[in-house]
Amino acid sequence: MTDIATYNFAYLDEQTKRMIRRAILKGIAIPGYQVPFASREMPMPYGWGTGGVQVTASIIGPDDVLKVIDQGADDTTNAVSIRAFFKKVANVAVTTDTASATIIQTRHRIPEHPLNAGQILVYQVPIPEPLRFLEPRETETRKMHALEEYGLMHVKLYEDIARHGRIATTYAYPVKVEGRYVMDPSPTPKFDNPKMHRSPALQLFGAGREKRIYAVPPFTDVVSLDFEDHPFEVQTFDQPCALCAAENVYLDEVILDDRGGHMFVCSDTDHCEKRREEGHRGHLAPDAQLALERTEPAE
Amino acid sequence: METQAIEGGFADPVFNAQTVFRAVMDAMARPGSVQPLPALARPPAPLSATSGAVALALCDNDTPLWLDPALQAEAPVRSWLGFHTGAPLANTPADAHFAIIARPAEMMALDGFSQGTQEYPDRSTTLILVVSDLASGVPLLLEGPGIEKMAMLAPAEMPRHFIEQWKQNSQRFPRGVDIILAAPDGVACLPRTTRIKTMEA
Repeated sequence: MTDIATYNFAYLDEQTKRMIRRAILKGIAIPGYQVPFASREMPMPYGWGTGGVQVTASIIGPDDVLKVIDQGADDTTNAVSIRAFFKKVANVAVTTDTASATIIQTRHRIPEHPLNAGQILVYQVPIPEPLRFLEPRETETRKMHALEEYGLMHVKLYEDIARHGRIATTYAYPVKVEGRYVMDPSPTPKFDNPKMHRSPALQLFGAGREKRIYAVPPFTDVVSLDFEDHPFEVQTFDQPCALCAAENVYLDEVILDDRGGHMFVCSDTDHCEKRREEGHRGHLAPDAQLALERTEPAE
Repeated sequence: METQAIEGGFADPVFNAQTVFRAVMDAMARPGSVQPLPALARPPAPLSATSGAVALALCDNDTPLWLDPALQAEAPVRSWLGFHTGAPLANTPADAHFAIIARPAEMMALDGFSQGTQEYPDRSTTLILVVSDLASGVPLLLEGPGIEKMAMLAPAEMPRHFIEQWKQNSQRFPRGVDIILAAPDGVACLPRTTRIKTMEA
């Protein structure tokens, strides 16, 4: 503990934590409603997850185990720096293992491994207002939420269909929470939307620059908006992960060379590593290649 | 009286506040569940240890606080809360961000507290009810967000006509009050989304 004495535990002062904690309680009590809060400057720029960091700092305790992911990966810049931040200011245990984390702070993905009842998922949110690109005025969007007037959102989805023949929105796909508030699930791929529906984990959303906190309690209905004749669909991939052969997971495209070579791999690095430890091999896994080379001459 | 006001706060303010908040947050996220809480504060009676700890964890000079007549009458309670939280006392229940009610059975109607507005439903009063236990009262069957199928809670000494009042509270959604039930050994919550199913005899 002595090495963190220069900061208050978890960086924020106690009055700030109380203010954020009160906002979190209101958010949980009104699922999907964006609670305004007095977002603080953090030692990182807006856009780097200051909202998520403030939420995590307000809920974390010395017994928590923290996992941080950035687009599913534990080892990219944003995830590494936020993990290091909490290690320094709160001295908490950190992990990359989804199952053993108590708090998972995420930028734009929900882990593939199903979450359990004790876990808290903290989302970093850039633009919390799902109606913002349809109506720039906060006074108006607030009124639209108050009156449950979400026709504009359906018009937007309809225009997608008119132009592209299908709903072309692929991320930040709007959802309706508990039949009342339309909510931005943060820019997660719509692939992850069904995981939010009646999840046993508590989901908290923090938008630092926009100064909003919202929440989805466990076992809460989260329904993606759609039409009867154009039902909601998630992305599908025509090939499994090139490293671990996982199917029905969200894949990232990785460019391999300047001649058009590419592969699709799990976006969730922890899930991919666990599968490879279990012996699953995709067609581009390093040792699968070796095995292939060893057998090839015999043919 | 002076020492009574100063003693009995959190021994370890940062970590005790976090412990109490996490218990309240888990209770709010899982209505009907009882989150155990050790006695971290020693407030003067009739404020209970749990309700005092919840007030210390959540209230400060930004949150006008309303006390029910039983608490309002006790100068040590007022000065203890004032010293440890700095929260101003609300002039009327409709101005309060938090209200602590030591005798829920005698409390005023829920709609007398701030309900928030349609635009800002978060600007409502959160009620902290001091109850002697969560098992000996009228059983309440709960459903709604945070509850997988059904939950049951039987808090003692609840307000009069509580089930009817709570139904009206739900009808005001997204406006409405939220309730934190402070029992001697833990907390449970009834956020405004929780519906009480009336039990057939």
